[in-house]
Amino acid sequence: MLDRLKAGGPAIARQGILVAFIVFMIAFTIMSDRFMTADNLMSVFRQSAIIGVMALGVTIVVIGGNLDLSVGSMLSFATVLVVDLHDKIGPELAIPVMFLATLCLGAVNGFLVGILRLNSLIVTLGMLSVIQGLVLIYSGGQNVDIVDQQGTWFALFGRGAIFGIATPIVMFGLMALVFHVIMTTMPFGRRVYAVGGNPTASVFSGIPRSRVVFTTYLISALCVGVAAVMLGSRVMGSQNNVGQGYELQVLAAVILGGTSLLGGAGSVLRTVLGVLMLAFIQNGLILMGQPYYTQWLVTWAVIIVAVWLDVAAKRGRLLSPIA
Amino acid sequence: MTPPDTVKESRPVQADAPVEQALPQGLEETLPRATADRIRPLLDNPVLRWLVRNPIWVFVLIVFVFFSLVSDHFFAARNFQNILVQTSTIGLIALGMTLVMVNGNIDLSVGATLALAAAFAVDVQSWAVFATWGNWQILPAVCLALLVGIGLGALNGFIVWKTGVDAFIVTLGAMLGIRGLVFVYTGEQSFYAMNFAYSDFSALSIGPLPALALIFLLCTLAVHLLLSRTVHGRNTYAVGGNREAAVNAGIRVGPHMMINFMIIGFFAALSGVLLSTQMGAATPNLGRDYELWVITAVVLGGTKLTGGKGDIIGTLGGVLAIGMLRNGMNLMNVPAFYVYVVLGSILIAVLFLDKRFNRTADGGLRL
Repeated sequence: MLDRLKAGGPAIARQGILVAFIVFMIAFTIMSDRFMTADNLMSVFRQSAIIGVMALGVTIVVIGGNLDLSVGSMLSFATVLVVDLHDKIGPELAIPVMFLATLCLGAVNGFLVGILRLNSLIVTLGMLSVIQGLVLIYSGGQNVDIVDQQGTWFALFGRGAIFGIATPIVMFGLMALVFHVIMTTMPFGRRVYAVGGNPTASVFSGIPRSRVVFTTYLISALCVGVAAVMLGSRVMGSQNNVGQGYELQVLAAVILGGTSLLGGAGSVLRTVLGVLMLAFIQNGLILMGQPYYTQWLVTWAVIIVAVWLDVAAKRGRLLSPIA
Repeated sequence: MTPPDTVKESRPVQADAPVEQALPQGLEETLPRATADRIRPLLDNPVLRWLVRNPIWVFVLIVFVFFSLVSDHFFAARNFQNILVQTSTIGLIALGMTLVMVNGNIDLSVGATLALAAAFAVDVQSWAVFATWGNWQILPAVCLALLVGIGLGALNGFIVWKTGVDAFIVTLGAMLGIRGLVFVYTGEQSFYAMNFAYSDFSALSIGPLPALALIFLLCTLAVHLLLSRTVHGRNTYAVGGNREAAVNAGIRVGPHMMINFMIIGFFAALSGVLLSTQMGAATPNLGRDYELWVITAVVLGGTKLTGGKGDIIGTLGGVLAIGMLRNGMNLMNVPAFYVYVVLGSILIAVLFLDKRFNRTADGGLRL
């Protein structure tokens, strides 16, 4: 086992997520005849779009060497805001106002982590709490909803379709593609990798480290805004804690996609794979007649084994050398 | 964030640092020389010297005085009992979290562990096997619940030890997984304690102290002694300060970290048991987000995520600060919403001040 891991193993182990993904897909296809149907696949894609879009932004933050735990309550904030403003000032104004407010929150994160260089885990943990408080103050603890659910073009983002494909899927796919191009071919992408890989070296290479980190948080906030539009439009209402717990699910998807929490390594497209993997595990288990919470048990095992194989492949031995 | 092996430099072990009459380094550099000279003699006073070293207690004092002055009901023995009971839940877990974080690890799974232990404690006592045991039926239930906590902690620690995967990821997975176990075990039901002796326990008082508060204070003392007076405690700082050096010094780092995970598992379970005595019930969603509150309390208390620094006195201060803020704002009829904003802001402000006044601390997260 150890020799094999050293020789041909690493290549496969590094693709462990892909292998696991394929194994799961085959297993579910065999176990349930409803799994591999266009309808089911499309509904899984659509359900995963909201977490997926947020995961895209968090991936870029994590590649830059930081964490963002505030995306969950930021989603609550953005969704409550856009739904509430929809009836007050109309969707054409509500959406830009919501994006502006959410980007401001992202800018606060970016300022604290990027410019002041404070620890990102604690800053975003604090912001998680602050933003949750802001949502509750804004909504007064009430849930909000849109009165005229049929007559508004706002429905397009969550319920509509473009060229026969559900809008959330189109938006998720487009954003994944754009971010992939930015991260792999454009200077900004290379800078994020450089800052995450070795912050000190990146400064010596003339990269504006603070500005790059700041921008990654803006991107994360932008993604949350998009997710909020999709969620608000889908539900046509919002609870004020709708995003609670999303931050860790999103992070789980990012980790599953093989992005290192150390920063400097990872890929947007593999995050998509992580997101889809979690969504398919959930969907497949439910189709097999399992209660919804079994997905968490499977996710537990999958996350640890996936990251373990990744780490093991890098160090060339299966077990940790710690005594 | 750079890979751990390149940024870690050895930090002195905290246990018995020599008494120095100088201001904290950052303060010395920041303040004008004249001001610093004027302040320095104040440090001859042991109380003030102690407060400078434990800034969170300054904050605790300020909060205490503030609420005593502005709220009519805050300064009352009855209310202090309340605060201690309310903080005991998060406080107990924070004790374990301090050990784990001084080790340079983190545990995100405590909320789920708490829920599972609470479910076991409430459910097992009504098993038919123990039907004839009278009030003794509570004993095996609580023991089993605590064992479950220790076992889950051991599992986390073992995985961290053997796989070398970072504790953040391991316990993030466990957080989801153990919550799954809670739902599997409870079948999405809440359990209610049929034996009223169980829920009466939380109303017990020993002298002026409620039983729950007494348990919390005794555990605080025990963990404080463990961390400051024993070989295990010294090793905890050594492992967190510089893992390589700890290995070279002959500390078995893997089993050592596993023991600390078992301790936090035990405290999460104990906290779950005590919480369920307060409610006389266990719900599957118990303890959600507790990990975030606990980490907030521990970080407020001055423990570094990078490991190697922190102590129980600070953690107790952090826990009490959160408890008094929540309690005091409640008494002043401030809507609960504002507590979130205040706590989050304080967390960030503490981080900012710490960065400003402790330049030696790099403050980076080691993952």
